[in-house]
Amino acid sequence: MSGPLYLASRYLRHHWGKTAILVGSITLIVFLPAGLRVLVGQSADALTARADATPLLVGARGSALELALASLYFEGEPPEPTTWAQVDRLGATGLARAIPLHLGFRAREHPIVGTTLAYLDFRGLRVAAGRRMAVLGECLLGAAAARDLGLGPGDSLVSSPETVFDLAGVYPLKMQVVGVLAPAHTPDDRAVFVDMKTAWILQGLGHGHQDLTAPGASRAVLAREGDRVTANASLVQYNEITPENAGSFHFHGDLSGYPISAVVAVPPDEKSRALLRGRFEAPDETQQVLRPRQVIDELLATVFAVQSYVVAAIATVAAGTLATAGLVFLLSARLRRREIDTMVKIGAARSFVAGVLAAEVIVVLLLGAALAAGLTGLASRFGADAIRTFLVS
Amino acid sequence: MASAHLELRDVRFRYRDGDFALRIPELRVEAGERVAVIGPSGSGKTTLLHLVAGIALPEQGRVHTSGIEVSALDDAARRDFRVRQVGLVFQEFELLEYLGVLDNVLLPYRLNPVLRLDDEVRARAVRLAERVGLGQKLGRRVTRLSHGERQRVAVARALVTEPEVLLADEPTGNLDPANKGLVLDLLFEVAGEHDATLLVVTHDHDLLERFARVIDIGKLIGDAA
Repeated sequence: MSGPLYLASRYLRHHWGKTAILVGSITLIVFLPAGLRVLVGQSADALTARADATPLLVGARGSALELALASLYFEGEPPEPTTWAQVDRLGATGLARAIPLHLGFRAREHPIVGTTLAYLDFRGLRVAAGRRMAVLGECLLGAAAARDLGLGPGDSLVSSPETVFDLAGVYPLKMQVVGVLAPAHTPDDRAVFVDMKTAWILQGLGHGHQDLTAPGASRAVLAREGDRVTANASLVQYNEITPENAGSFHFHGDLSGYPISAVVAVPPDEKSRALLRGRFEAPDETQQVLRPRQVIDELLATVFAVQSYVVAAIATVAAGTLATAGLVFLLSARLRRREIDTMVKIGAARSFVAGVLAAEVIVVLLLGAALAAGLTGLASRFGADAIRTFLVS
Repeated sequence: MASAHLELRDVRFRYRDGDFALRIPELRVEAGERVAVIGPSGSGKTTLLHLVAGIALPEQGRVHTSGIEVSALDDAARRDFRVRQVGLVFQEFELLEYLGVLDNVLLPYRLNPVLRLDDEVRARAVRLAERVGLGQKLGRRVTRLSHGERQRVAVARALVTEPEVLLADEPTGNLDPANKGLVLDLLFEVAGEHDATLLVVTHDHDLLERFARVIDIGKLIGDAA
């Protein structure tokens, strides 16, 4: 190691507290803008990739952003509901495959996504263990959800209560885990997939209860009027669907009016896509059809604009920090006047002493930059999901 | 140039930013001589050492040290001369607090590339540290040493290049009486072992009897005037 570098390294090591503060400051002012750019860039890539992979979304008129974010990433508030009739309507056009999504329920921190098996095929989701959901009350876990929840095929999962303080409300449903998906590195990994009817049961639109005509159920009968039986509050409602009680689960009313959150429309070609969009442009149209990429691009334009302001603010702070660090080195050089004079008296050139001081500055800058690079690497490895979640929630 | 090891002739020196001026008509110190330099504060004792070491340049006159006309050398040549030929000991030790004992002893080899730091030099530095009684504290930071120990490190540093001239500026000024004697003994012994010419600035008149010659710089200037 050369003389200046050796002396500089020993000085910095001896004054480790000062060195740590300076290196930490440099690390922060390099990492914050660089890390932010990398993270936002990665998150933008992830967001647009998901949007690109989703040709069209149909939902109730309202916030296009909410519809896109909820349907693509299962985050944020569920959009204004539409109805199952829109699935039939899309199917009837012959212009696109219609895949329904029903959102808004959770199992612990994981979104429950009501859909059909067509969704799994559309997203290319492969079952890694067990099988797909087939009957009421079954669920299929995304890879990350299975890992976080510590569940696999054969286990059960209880949905989170939606109305904790409402005694007449919807109660959690115990679901059977029948399979786990292979990692897709998309929001699907965190989801719990159920079929549409199970989602409606979660919402309280379908239910199962004891048979009031059965012997022994008379205590639950409030009144009988011909074929009409009115139950009292002691009626046993099922909160788990089993082979024994599955037959008792039923839905009232016309299913076409049942709520769904959105429909993923998958047209076979550009022409069908254009025609389909045209079908939803009537002035009195109650539904909207949107291209997710367009919505996400608008969101990202806002994000990038905010990012540029944040980076400008960081740059201002960085300039101040660098000026302060420079002042620290300058004052340090003054305080070390005698040490410098001693070096010169013994036989060092003034340029050598300048080299020692410069080496101290360079080592601090390099250490700060290296740490910032390491942090940026770590952030890009582990932080993109967090930023993406932040952006869409 | 006769056989004098140090010779100053018709030297005039003036600091750029002060009124102080020093005039030395003639001063000769023979090789291996042990000389004390005394005089009142501000009389130019330290300046004399700086002239001999080539740290300061005279306005006029010639300074010869170890047969070299130091006053005729350029800056770089004087630095190289000094780091090779002159050992310096300061009143305040002037050790680098962020280095250990051995690294402080080796400091001249870190400061000037004209000296090459190799295993032989390291072995010599260790021997010197042992010689001054710090062989068990080679890696210890100098801030953890007593004043006497620090001055012994400074003596070892001054000798590590095996200089022909050893210049000490009030080396006992910050030491208690016991350490004064020890450090002076050490300077005499190691200078003797290396045949170095010793020039010591001191205020301590109790120590003067130990020197072969005492130069009162006040009288030197007075005689010149």
